[in-house]
Amino acid sequence: MTREQRIVKTFVELADTMVDDFDVIEFLHRLAERCVELLDCAEAGLLLADAAGVLRVMASSSERSDALDLLQSQNEEGPCFESYQSGVPVSSEDLTGDAGRWPAFAPMAVQKGFRSVQAIPMRVRGETIGALNLFRANTGRLVEQDLPLGQGMADIAAIALLQERTVREAHGVVEQLQGALSSRVMIEQAKGVLAERAHIDVDAAFARLRAHAREHNLRLSNVARDLVDGHLDAASLSSPTRGTPTSKR
Amino acid sequence: MLTDRLSVVLKEIVDADVDGAASIVDRVCMAAVSLLSLKGAGLSLMVDGELRGTAGVSEPGIAIVQELQLTLGEGPCVDAWTSRAPVLEANLADPAIVRWPAFAQAGVEAGVLAVFAFPLHLGAIRIGVLVLYRGHPGILNADEMAYGLVLADMATQVLLALQAGAPAEVLHEVLTSEHSHWAEVHQATGMVSVQLGVSLDEAFVRLRAHAFAEGLPLRTLAREIVTRRHRFQGPE
Repeated sequence: MTREQRIVKTFVELADTMVDDFDVIEFLHRLAERCVELLDCAEAGLLLADAAGVLRVMASSSERSDALDLLQSQNEEGPCFESYQSGVPVSSEDLTGDAGRWPAFAPMAVQKGFRSVQAIPMRVRGETIGALNLFRANTGRLVEQDLPLGQGMADIAAIALLQERTVREAHGVVEQLQGALSSRVMIEQAKGVLAERAHIDVDAAFARLRAHAREHNLRLSNVARDLVDGHLDAASLSSPTRGTPTSKR
Repeated sequence: MLTDRLSVVLKEIVDADVDGAASIVDRVCMAAVSLLSLKGAGLSLMVDGELRGTAGVSEPGIAIVQELQLTLGEGPCVDAWTSRAPVLEANLADPAIVRWPAFAQAGVEAGVLAVFAFPLHLGAIRIGVLVLYRGHPGILNADEMAYGLVLADMATQVLLALQAGAPAEVLHEVLTSEHSHWAEVHQATGMVSVQLGVSLDEAFVRLRAHAFAEGLPLRTLAREIVTRRHRFQGPE
């Protein structure tokens, strides 16, 4: 497939997923995975600002704990924080040289194997609601044609967040986003419940939750809720079957 | 990080009670009243899986309106609890509002013309509802809505910390720290709930209580649990 064909395929897939009653966490996870496939990056994540204006993790391509940590560490400094504040893309072509700029974030990113980073703002009607974060294993900048494509992915993420139907009385942007953030917290709680019941680590727990949701055509958030409410037995969530897409490393 | 909105809400909570007699939960309600030009605010808590009683009010008079909803079994407080989403009613006197006929009438008689109810929750953990009452009709604008959500978030943090036996002097720290945003805190909550065979709500409170008792940051303890270096001993 050519690059153009892959881009078209991804956009069609994402549009197809945004049907009635889609799960925003599952959607954003998939979008982050597609970012890694289409753009020159090793890891992608999305941060969303809560009602207080604090950035919080919404999605990560790998869902690995250290990746979630690195994303969340940007609520006081880092490219996403700056991009959220300024509403424009922010990057570092060499993180090893940016310890002065981001004393906590830059060394942490380097320690996790990343050498350069790009943050792209997520905007809705002129207001910045969060940022898309692309991590690269090599130094340098994103190739020129990747930045507008990354912005396109960030725009789709923003649309998805405001399209979600779980908030029945949606009176505004901030209220919808708060609902999405709450779903995200519930996913983390469900990871912990499953990890303990099935004696696996929390990263593996996410893969099982997701595989179960896909196999049975259920919303990821509903699977998480059923599990924490005790309506779903941990034993019925077997290991992800072959053919289940796993994130690219 | 202390954003502008957090600073404003915190300052209101601190300044809310000049006599120093009101509880922290009352002060959250009082802060809501002064920030959002309300007639009153009330906070109901979950007890044994049900929404019961009133844990805090901006002034005694509003407790009647708050409790009436639980007595009648209808109203925004009940709906916000059930739906786990904010319930907003901009004009209680509008005869087209048929969802709570008994409550609407009583509310209007008490001078309440708009009601905004916010569930107090943290993922799957639900602990109560914060209800804001206005004496004039009209929706909350985007900024007021954001303040409502921040107040609900703070009330949630305060109540969970109080349940964990947090000393009063650390409550400010609880409100200003961002402990609840770290994934491992929620993951550890899920793990502890299985280890102790308790609800997520109780697991979170036990986790907090242990962190307070040991003088550990909540996130540090959570990481110990997620990496299985520490576990809570359940009943054998």
